[in-house]
Amino acid sequence: MTYQFNWNVLFSGEPAQWIFEGFLTTIQISAFALIAALALGILICVLRMTPVRPLQWFSLAYTEFFRNTPLLVQIFFWYNGSHYIMPEAIRTWLNDLYYWFPGPFTMFGHSFQGEWILFNVEFITGVIALTVYTSAFIAEEIRAGIFSIPKNQLEASRAVGLSFLQAYRFVILPQALRIVIPPLISQALNLIKNSSLCMVIGVTELMFMASQVESYYGAPFEAFSAVLLIYLVISLFVSLCINMYNKHFMIQVRY
Amino acid sequence: MHWEIVWDNFDYFLWGAARIDSAFPFIHNVGGLAAGVILAFFGIFGAFWLGIGAGLMRLSKRWWVKLPGLVYIEMIRGVPLLLLIFWFFFLAPVLLGQALPAFHTTLICFIVFTGAYVAEIVRAGVLALPSGQMEAARGTGLSHVQAMRLVILPQALRNMIPSFVNQFVSLTKDTSLAAIIGVNELTRTAVQVDNRDMIASFEIWITIAAMYFLICFVLTSFSRRLEKQLSRYQARNR
Repeated sequence: MTYQFNWNVLFSGEPAQWIFEGFLTTIQISAFALIAALALGILICVLRMTPVRPLQWFSLAYTEFFRNTPLLVQIFFWYNGSHYIMPEAIRTWLNDLYYWFPGPFTMFGHSFQGEWILFNVEFITGVIALTVYTSAFIAEEIRAGIFSIPKNQLEASRAVGLSFLQAYRFVILPQALRIVIPPLISQALNLIKNSSLCMVIGVTELMFMASQVESYYGAPFEAFSAVLLIYLVISLFVSLCINMYNKHFMIQVRY
Repeated sequence: MHWEIVWDNFDYFLWGAARIDSAFPFIHNVGGLAAGVILAFFGIFGAFWLGIGAGLMRLSKRWWVKLPGLVYIEMIRGVPLLLLIFWFFFLAPVLLGQALPAFHTTLICFIVFTGAYVAEIVRAGVLALPSGQMEAARGTGLSHVQAMRLVILPQALRNMIPSFVNQFVSLTKDTSLAAIIGVNELTRTAVQVDNRDMIASFEIWITIAAMYFLICFVLTSFSRRLEKQLSRYQARNR
């Protein structure tokens, strides 16, 4: 058995279009999940820093649980497991969802055919799983960033006469954000890479499309190589951004 | 609630369809959690050596040594593990001329994937040591390789132990991906039981998550404690 390489498949219309659509879906699911994960992560981090003990315990349990279980298991849980304990009404609503934008519409002078985002139950489940998983990591990153600012900075700014919120706004956060943003960007990159796992529940992203090319055209190696190249370009671009950010904004610590 | 389904299949989750050959004691067909742990263990063992090699290559000053390490690390870290598994799954028959069992395919992918991350840990660990250590070692007459082997690496590796444990944790989580190409480990046994019974998805997936959580949480707590203990012995600049 020898494998016949057939790179022409990739340039023959349909597979190329599928992979492009998969790329769009990957970007969409990552964008939705990233925004939601940032919000949820900040919330969890704030809960961790409130003086209320039960809230602290909750957020500790949340981060530890979701960081220490595989994303794949979480995806299966949200897709298969949580289905049975949801109320009937929500279940029907989710299953009836199909496209987010029904009918053709025009935006920025482009006309979209109403199939811009395939906003079905798989997509939503994927977004939920990625959001919950990533938010646990994001909460930890932010907490670590804020904790790395010495405590006497807060005390000093309070002593100068700033209120608690002002101290955070003008003294703590500007310093903490510089530290936090690079790991957050690499979390975003991880999220994009992790979105490949959503293929198991049928979200039509890059990996799904590659395996579709495999089953229709019998060119698995070519399809997966193309997808590999796409992921590589995305991640090299993002790490280039991190490096440029670091060069411009990182505090040079001198003693 | 159908917890009895989880309970009835619990041994299947733990070691799959493993059986011991009575004539010649050898365990066949290990699956479930046991297979995941075996994958993670051999994966981190292979990745350790690969990572030290790639990390030291990356640190080299000669470009023809540095470049392969750099390309390997950046390329593997920029790609999802699932994609790597699929890619290698279809590449292996081309290279070998025959199909490679899924277990071996995933194990090789785990080693190659984790190796890149271990390489970054090694690089960070070596760079974190004060440069005086290397200078002093070279000053006493050791060659570069000897200084690396006898002075730098023993110190750097000790500081890296917590990171290694963390990498082991994330590899343990990643073994779940082997399920997708058909290795019968914990996640796949869960899919099987779930598909067979159809009524206990919630209970099954909660149980599986809890099993992964127990292992990983114990290991992360362990690494946190190690980090505190080992930080006392670090060589410092001053």
